[in-house]
Amino acid sequence: MKKDLTRQQYLDLYYYMRLNRAVEDTMVKLFRQNKIVGGLYSSLGQEGISVGTAYALEKKDWLAPMIRNIGALLVKGVPPRDIFTQHMAKYTSPTLGKDGTSHFGDLDNLHIVSPISMLGDLIPVMTGVAMAGRYLGQKIVAMTWIGDGGSSTGVFHEGLNLAATQKAPFVLILENNQWAYSTPVKRQVPIENLADRAKAYGITSYLVDGNDVVAVYQTAQEAVDRARAGEGPILIEAKTMRMRGHAQHDPAEYVPKDMFEHWKQRDPIEQYERFLLGKKILDAATKAELESKMHALLTKDRDFAEASPLPPPELAEKGVYCTGDDCHKIAAKWERNQAEVTPPRSSVPAVWKVAGFGVGKGSGGKNAPIHFGDTAAAEEPEEAKLTPKTPAKVVSNGNAKSAAKTPSKTAAGLRARKTTAKVPAGKARR
Amino acid sequence: MAETKKSSANGAAANGATNSGTSGHGEPVTFLEAIKQAMYEEMERDPAVVLLGEDVGVYGGAFKTSEGLLERFGWERVIDTPISESAIIGAACGMSYLGLRPIAEMQFIDFIACCFNQLTNFVAKGHYLWNAPAPIVVRGPSGGGVHGGPFHSANPEMYFVHTPGLKVVYPSTPYDAKGLLKSAIRDNNPVLFFEHKFLYRRIKEQLPQGDYTVPLGKAIVRREGKHLTIVSYAAMMHTSLEAAEALAKEGIEAEVIDLRTLQPLDEETILQSVRKTNRCLVVHEDTKTGGIAGEIAAILCEKAFGDLDGPLMRVTALDTPVPYAPPLEEYFLPNAKKVFAAAKELARY
Repeated sequence: MKKDLTRQQYLDLYYYMRLNRAVEDTMVKLFRQNKIVGGLYSSLGQEGISVGTAYALEKKDWLAPMIRNIGALLVKGVPPRDIFTQHMAKYTSPTLGKDGTSHFGDLDNLHIVSPISMLGDLIPVMTGVAMAGRYLGQKIVAMTWIGDGGSSTGVFHEGLNLAATQKAPFVLILENNQWAYSTPVKRQVPIENLADRAKAYGITSYLVDGNDVVAVYQTAQEAVDRARAGEGPILIEAKTMRMRGHAQHDPAEYVPKDMFEHWKQRDPIEQYERFLLGKKILDAATKAELESKMHALLTKDRDFAEASPLPPPELAEKGVYCTGDDCHKIAAKWERNQAEVTPPRSSVPAVWKVAGFGVGKGSGGKNAPIHFGDTAAAEEPEEAKLTPKTPAKVVSNGNAKSAAKTPSKTAAGLRARKTTAKVPAGKARR
Repeated sequence: MAETKKSSANGAAANGATNSGTSGHGEPVTFLEAIKQAMYEEMERDPAVVLLGEDVGVYGGAFKTSEGLLERFGWERVIDTPISESAIIGAACGMSYLGLRPIAEMQFIDFIACCFNQLTNFVAKGHYLWNAPAPIVVRGPSGGGVHGGPFHSANPEMYFVHTPGLKVVYPSTPYDAKGLLKSAIRDNNPVLFFEHKFLYRRIKEQLPQGDYTVPLGKAIVRREGKHLTIVSYAAMMHTSLEAAEALAKEGIEAEVIDLRTLQPLDEETILQSVRKTNRCLVVHEDTKTGGIAGEIAAILCEKAFGDLDGPLMRVTALDTPVPYAPPLEEYFLPNAKKVFAAAKELARY
């Protein structure tokens, strides 16, 4: 059951989407003034996904963005100036000019893992974050994003499969913007809904209209809650459209014009604004107030970035290795009793307990071979809950507690799914 | 001209034993047991240390290096993974961001090629780019001589020596294996730890009781000599010592250096030795082109050119995949005879 949003939550989503777009508009201007050092990637039309998903996370949770998830960074607490200085390769940027774009992170405070350009790599990394968080008793959720394009990488499979076998508290947002550079999704993947891939991992998935920020947020919130509750990883496919080329240099002439037209009518910010005005959550005065707050922030941060120096050349040879405690003091933050994971309490017999083995009606007793499907799932032994490769899921046959329960059957899933049905362009759905 | 007179170099260092040999207690242990002890003791010392990899738990590892660890430390700390090397490295890296110190096992080090991107692009660059140290150890059995064939015998260390941000360790004795693995686990950087599988059960050594470490980045002189320097590491260190014994019978005293760590490379120990002997031979089991011998040659040219009486010579594996049939593999690999012949030729300068 999805909870209604508070007025503040509605306005937060609106503000962050507007800020996301305004930050990028500012950078397009900087790019045209030749002040952006490298490429510039746009998330125009996808702001609802970045903002709606990250908004479901708590402060202690971890995220790792892709290059178009500037909105997620803003929601997590990254100031626009970090994004400007990164793109302008300034010494004041989080990476001191060593990398650009949204390639930066913050392990200590904001819990952001830096992306790299090879897509998919973050999936096992964030699985590891989720596993470590659980191990330390921190009750965190880890979230990352992947595109329709990146979902074809091998590491997407490796990572999601590991997350599933580990039941890691991990949420993966599959942002289907229908184009991997110039290749349409139909030429990359022979299935209609990428969310269906979740079945292969025995995990829960949702399908949601990525241009409907409220649906995105509610779906993400439910996924985050379920992952935190120990239900294992969750895949959310959010359908949207990349409204620009791969990057600034790319005019995207390969995209049919009417496709752009169709999606332009469904702009996530314009739709949402109409909805808020209709519900009287937003009025002209509140809007003007938010806009002036936003412009003040952007002007200040852009000026800061423009006035910042480039890094000194000698910085190039510094920082390849951590030099020890003077450089980084590495210490795990334990929020559980360490005795649980140290001997003798951690001691276990080194044998697999195969759930269901030898107890089903057709199994013929203890020495029977494993019969798939004809044995009832046994109670999972305590240690097996944290056990990789636990065969419980294989043997259990639609057990009520198992992850096999199709998410689309939940009310929430249906609602989210419904909103992705072919909606006439421009028609409000609420 | 080489001196033919029998060298008076003291015999104490000639046995090639480490300083531990004399201070050991109890039964001598194998190289493999030393690695197991290091992991066990580190996991005992620090609950942030965890192990993950293929078949490391219930089965205790393909070579039984992690046997008994699951029983002792439980399912949360000894994690059997799917066959997904990229996921193993990725997850280990993610775990390290929360302050854990994961040990990731490659069932055979050859399979490290499957996670090359994860290691070289993600793990290695993190500290430089965004100030994110990744204290992980990636360890696994490497090397040939056991007829493992082209996919179970590789020495892929140089891919990673070439990657800024990674450290590379390749020990040759049980004492070093244990002490270096402990240092690797405690290091704040990603460390690749190569375990030569030929040595796993073939050499034994008494180890000191209690905790000890061997520092990363420090080579050791295994045998003192004055006529030439043989630089080597891992299984070839033993081959080099064997050749040095044979050379001594002919009056050529070879100094043998065991690199132990390839990245960072202990240039100083090499330079000191070569300034004394004026001749250098590098012996490695890695293939020739792009092997560390080439790098050492360049360092000597840059920093000790005036000290060299002859060319840097190298005895390495052939520039081919590791072949399977015993006569082919024996032909492919360096051996004491080849080292002996090269050293004799070098000693003539």
